Amino acid sequence: MNYTYILLILLIPLAVFLLLGLFNKKIKPAISGYIGVFGLLTTTVFSFYTAFQYFFVAGKVDGAFPVLGQKTVWMNFTESLHIDMGFLIDPISVMMLIVVSTISLMVHIYSRGYMKGDEGYTKFFAFLSLFTFSMYGLVLATNLFQIYIFWELVGVSSYLLIGYYYTKESAVAAAKKAFIVTRFADLGFLIGILIVGYYTGTYDFETLNNPEGSPILNWAATSFMGLSVLTWGLILIFIGGAGKSAMFPLHIWLPDAMEGPTPVSALIHAATMVVAGVFLVARLFPMFYFVEDGFALQIVAFVGAFSSLFAAIIALTQTDIKRVLAFSTMSQLGYMMLALGVSGYDGHDGLGYMASMFHLFTHAMFKALLFLCAGSVIHAIHSNYLKDMGGLRKYMPITNITFLVAALAISGVPPFAGFWSKDEILAAAFEHNKLLYAVGIIVAGLTAFYIFRIYFGIFWGKDRQYEHTPKESPISMTFPLIILAILSATVGFIPFPDFISPDRMGFEAHLNVPLALTAVIVGFLGILLAWIFYKKETDLATKVTQQLGVFYTWTFNKFYFDELYLYITKNILFKGVATSAAWFDRNVVDATINAIGNSTVGVSKKIKGLQSGRVQDYALAFVTGVVVLALVFIYIWTI
Amino acid sequence: MIQGITIYELLTVTSILFFIGIYGFITRKNLISILISVELILNASVINFVIINKYLYPDVLQGVVFSIFIIAVAAAETALAVSIIINLYRQISSVEVKDIETMKY
Repeated sequence: MNYTYILLILLIPLAVFLLLGLFNKKIKPAISGYIGVFGLLTTTVFSFYTAFQYFFVAGKVDGAFPVLGQKTVWMNFTESLHIDMGFLIDPISVMMLIVVSTISLMVHIYSRGYMKGDEGYTKFFAFLSLFTFSMYGLVLATNLFQIYIFWELVGVSSYLLIGYYYTKESAVAAAKKAFIVTRFADLGFLIGILIVGYYTGTYDFETLNNPEGSPILNWAATSFMGLSVLTWGLILIFIGGAGKSAMFPLHIWLPDAMEGPTPVSALIHAATMVVAGVFLVARLFPMFYFVEDGFALQIVAFVGAFSSLFAAIIALTQTDIKRVLAFSTMSQLGYMMLALGVSGYDGHDGLGYMASMFHLFTHAMFKALLFLCAGSVIHAIHSNYLKDMGGLRKYMPITNITFLVAALAISGVPPFAGFWSKDEILAAAFEHNKLLYAVGIIVAGLTAFYIFRIYFGIFWGKDRQYEHTPKESPISMTFPLIILAILSATVGFIPFPDFISPDRMGFEAHLNVPLALTAVIVGFLGILLAWIFYKKETDLATKVTQQLGVFYTWTFNKFYFDELYLYITKNILFKGVATSAAWFDRNVVDATINAIGNSTVGVSKKIKGLQSGRVQDYALAFVTGVVVLALVFIYIWTI
Repeated sequence: MIQGITIYELLTVTSILFFIGIYGFITRKNLISILISVELILNASVINFVIINKYLYPDVLQGVVFSIFIIAVAAAETALAVSIIINLYRQISSVEVKDIETMKY
């Protein structure tokens, strides 16, 4: 089977970006929207065709899905160490193609309505195409360096889109914050890549991930501070992934990233770019699992679990609906990391890996839907805050229903998508570590509570004083909502274990009824609690928050992490490190250079008297020199 | 080849002439005197040409012809130098070396 056409999936969005970017002013907004949507539609068709070919027509070879792809040497360092460019087809990259293309297409269609009349309409679509191109490149990368290149490209497009409303000061600050924090994490990623490349002699995923290959078999060859160097490399790579996926403590950029337009939040900061970190760990999963018996993987699991709980608690108290969703995203990403962390490799042990990818898939659908619904609400009433919303179900029936579907999906209510994937995650955690399972089940309850808190807050309760009656969004916006709602309700039935497992063989997974029942009951408890508190606006919620006191204030202020980071950067980095570095630069580095210059000037002042300007002095010096030289030569010659 | 006189004696004479020229060039204060000293140096070398031609290659005349060339060029050079000195005199009313040292630093 020839997959060369996959290059088109990469090139079409790039071409659209160049077209819209270069002829920004010349293309009418109406046309640029169509160009963007059409370009994406083509790649979506190609993506689905690829998935169909790969999973159903070509199928398994020797009982496992093959790893295909083409690559060409780009930079050659040594015989074995070179950086390639190309594309890699395996189950998770094909799955990611589906996720990226579907969500991106929906967001493109949605943006035509949402961004209507905006000044930078064409520019917006250009950036969206740039992002889609980079994301495709990321999922199809064949080696660590290629993934790093596209990793930075998605970072740049994220930066551009967060700062899209660049006249707004907060948007600019948020864009900078996102860029700097992820850059900081990417430094770890880069060092990790270099370590892994140096000690294994290859960057290629296929070679690195081969369980019988030399990189994995020889992991113990070199050690550093009690751990294998490869473990250090993987931990550093995970830091890069944690930065992109907003894991604690590098999560601070994600809530602020909500300053961008809502479709961007749906596409980049909920469904696709932020899962790049999860994808990266999944991409290198055999390494994570086999090197040092999965030490790095343990870190992944605990960081994921902690982030998940941490974010879910913060999400309880936020009043900006987009921020609630942002923390919810962080929490769900933590879930995926947790699932990867508790996964094994062979057969049914790969449940966690499969569950993580499954949850990535379903989460992309329902979280994108939640964001797009939130965008629809914000579009209607021009506010992000819960206090300005209430009783909208009468005015926006489609948004109401689709939001409800997404909320049920994320709460894990059967038969919606989230139930199936969350159940697999909890089952995997239960088999591996009871503590992680407990965290997972608590988070499941909290998730159901906070999502229904904003659901009831937006669509139920009392009407607010609206400037003009809110009305349902146009068809270009509700159409993607409906499609995504259908997907959110149904994708859970895809038999994921057949397609995705660490050894690519597929396995049989069964619903673990007691565990599933527990999760559902906890979910319903959360929903019930939210119903009691927020269905009718009572002062119950206020009373409880008063009871909680300090804890409430802490969560409301996100545990003061932003302030902590500000304190660290201002007082320690700027005052301590930067000031002393500046002192060193001024008084040691600059002073050395100045001293050299000054001494040259001084010496030349002293010796310039020799240049008297009298020709006869020069002649005397010249003759003396000649005489001396002549004597020297005669002396040497006579010996 | 001159009877009774060796090449060393002749070369001693031209060397004396050469160093007198050098001494004059270094010590004289007047530009004209310096010019004359330069001419002495030049003449010493011209005589050397003739002597060496005569004593080493008596059958050819290149050295002699070359010395005539040098005399011609020296005449032109002297004319140039004198014209410079005259111009200088018009500018600063002096031909003393100590008055012309504005070229330093």
